Amino acid sequence: MKTGLKNLSQLKIGQSAIIDSFTDKDMALKLLEMGCTPGEVVKLDCIAPLGDPIAIFVSGYLLSLRKAEASTVLVSVIATK
Amino acid sequence: MEANQSFIHLSEKPYIKVALVGNPNCGKSTLFNALTGLHQKTGNFPGVTVDKKIGYSKLNTLVTAEFIDLPGTYSLYPKSIDEQVAFEVLCNPDNENHPDVTIVVADASNLKRNLFLVSQIIDLKIPVILALNMMDLVEKEGVVIDAVRLSERLGVKVVAISARKKEGIEHLKNILLEPLPIPQYDFIDVKKIAPELVEKIRAIIKLNSDFAAFQTISNFSNIQYFDNHPEKKQKLATLFKSVSIDYNSLQTEESVERYKLINRITTECITHRSAIQTESFTHKLDSVLTHRIWGYAIFLIILFFIFQTIFFVAAYPMEWIESLFTSIAGWASQTLPAGELTNLFVNGILAGLSGVVIFVPQIALLFAFIGILEDTGYMTRVSFIMDKLMRRFGLNGRSVIPLISGVACAVPAIMSTRTISSWKERIISIMVTPLMSCSARLPVYTLLISLVVPSAKTSGFFNYQGLILMSLYLIGFIAAITAAWVMKWILKAREKSYFIMELPVYRTPQWRTVGLTIYDKVKIFLWDAGKIIVAISVILWFLSSHAPGNKFQDIENKYQSSILTKDHSIEGVALQSKIASEKLEASYAGILGKFIEPAIAPLGFDWKIGIALVTSFAAREVFVGTMATIYSAGSTDNTQSIRDKMHAEVDEQTGLPKFTMAVGFSLLIFYAFAMQCVSTLAVVYRETKSWKWPVIQFTYMSVLAYVSSFIVYHLLK
Repeated sequence: MKTGLKNLSQLKIGQSAIIDSFTDKDMALKLLEMGCTPGEVVKLDCIAPLGDPIAIFVSGYLLSLRKAEASTVLVSVIATK
Repeated sequence: MEANQSFIHLSEKPYIKVALVGNPNCGKSTLFNALTGLHQKTGNFPGVTVDKKIGYSKLNTLVTAEFIDLPGTYSLYPKSIDEQVAFEVLCNPDNENHPDVTIVVADASNLKRNLFLVSQIIDLKIPVILALNMMDLVEKEGVVIDAVRLSERLGVKVVAISARKKEGIEHLKNILLEPLPIPQYDFIDVKKIAPELVEKIRAIIKLNSDFAAFQTISNFSNIQYFDNHPEKKQKLATLFKSVSIDYNSLQTEESVERYKLINRITTECITHRSAIQTESFTHKLDSVLTHRIWGYAIFLIILFFIFQTIFFVAAYPMEWIESLFTSIAGWASQTLPAGELTNLFVNGILAGLSGVVIFVPQIALLFAFIGILEDTGYMTRVSFIMDKLMRRFGLNGRSVIPLISGVACAVPAIMSTRTISSWKERIISIMVTPLMSCSARLPVYTLLISLVVPSAKTSGFFNYQGLILMSLYLIGFIAAITAAWVMKWILKAREKSYFIMELPVYRTPQWRTVGLTIYDKVKIFLWDAGKIIVAISVILWFLSSHAPGNKFQDIENKYQSSILTKDHSIEGVALQSKIASEKLEASYAGILGKFIEPAIAPLGFDWKIGIALVTSFAAREVFVGTMATIYSAGSTDNTQSIRDKMHAEVDEQTGLPKFTMAVGFSLLIFYAFAMQCVSTLAVVYRETKSWKWPVIQFTYMSVLAYVSSFIVYHLLK
């Protein structure tokens, strides 16, 4: 893992990040077709009441995914002011 | 680009086939409805449980178009059955639904992701029209899409529409009659990704495009085209074995390439006039509907409302249907000449038909709700807040709806599992839903509870009878989730379970779409399940109204003289029910009841209950009527008299009352768990497209019922 990279599942609500890479090939494919491409900005919109799944804002729409799925996505967090 | 392009002229053909393809939630079905109106029919794609909708529309006086609504998909990667169906129809020219032209519907407010599928379909080199839907929404958001530029960049015609407002529909129809360009260039060149392989595949099978060849690598085992060309399939299989391919990496590379180009195109064609926060309304609503307290509270209220409606509101139309059939039956048996045919018509066919039509109000109401929940976008939030809880039991967030609806009736509940996209989670939901205590069990529960449970009150304000009734519903629910949990470990998944899905923006529901959903579901049920239900009900009628040899005649002869003298007296009525009771005992159903007696004796049941178990197969509530006939209680409406007769029943061997606490509870548990509903089995067959699942369901529920009843009987005896 490159330094400074986090799992998508580790974001806090409202935090934005840039997709860097994927650690699971199958999951990568599924996420790619849904518009989660490397370089794309994502924002954690909300977390389900039981802590899983989560919903992220990506390329103009809301996408929900399980934490296990989100943890295969490596992102670099955009510093917030 | 225009110069070297070839065109297809559809206006020259009298009948053209048009496929509608698009992402889920892109408004494809709304467009389909707008294009075809009520001229549509629903079926299944051969061999799979994917709905196939076909509709018709006249484009002008000469040309009729057949529209096929393909399942919503994000890509042509063959991960799910839906995607396989879409790929097969588009790529295989021999497929009966292979279109002349494909309309790709794209949600303009979400263009980037939608263009992914568009680009894949362009690379199949089939004639394509891009319909940009929800253009009105996009404009409101202050976004401008340069459709002309987009059309140039993609090399296909682009039409702006708003399917909900029915804008641009006529324009789209007219475009179909214009010469349409057939894409000549590759959106991305897959030959660069797998050069040799693509060449070799195209040498084996004749395909339109490199991309179709590329897709064959992972799809070929599912393509029906090869059913007629096994030698080609063999060749391909050998080819793929000889080279080690990491298809996943190839597809990943393809996706990344596509998005690179799509990003360039969207930057060129989309201008944001203002930076309005577009998701704000949805975001605000979500903060309530997925809230840790309000989210569940609101969901519970909605569930409660649905349950109340299908349980209580549906009771009125169901009563009307019942009385309508009763009066038809009464009229028929009076006007038609008495005899075997009339008997078959009244007690076999009419009874069967009424058993089918009776479900219509519940199905219609449940699908009205589901249609609204789906159409507004709320259903995805239900999945979102319930996923973690339901996942533990091998179920899906959406399984909550069928489980709760199962308390009213398993038939509409099982039909509602269509919204569960994972095969395994859907099958589990179908398999366990009938364990929920449905409304047909209620009359059985009521009768048996009043028979064996004292009506005394507990220390609180509950009485024992109410407590037992509530426990039965609870036991049903516990059995359902336990069975689901067990099946989670037994069943193998056909595909990986994902929860990667779009949470669409909230919209007001479209009554037209909701109406069409109800219409569709009712029609499917009446035709597909109805056939089986009527057939079984005729068989059951035969079994309970026919006896070997002259047994019936003998019984009638025995009482002949008494009938003649006392026809309308009180004794006459009692005599009639005595004859009916003896006839039932002598009938094939009676013989069957006695035949299974040794098997059910360990549960505390005798042959009389055996007959009721056999006839209950038509519907559980038939138990009450059968008991009435067996114990010659006369009118079936009088529960009191049936109860008294059963209460007075004495065990032939012990001389003690037959319906002890042990027998009563054993029977209650049996009815709670056993699969005694031909309608449900018919619907399971219809929804799984195989007899395997209804057979498994029948078996496991029967075993569960038998074992549980056995234990209960011996514990209480």
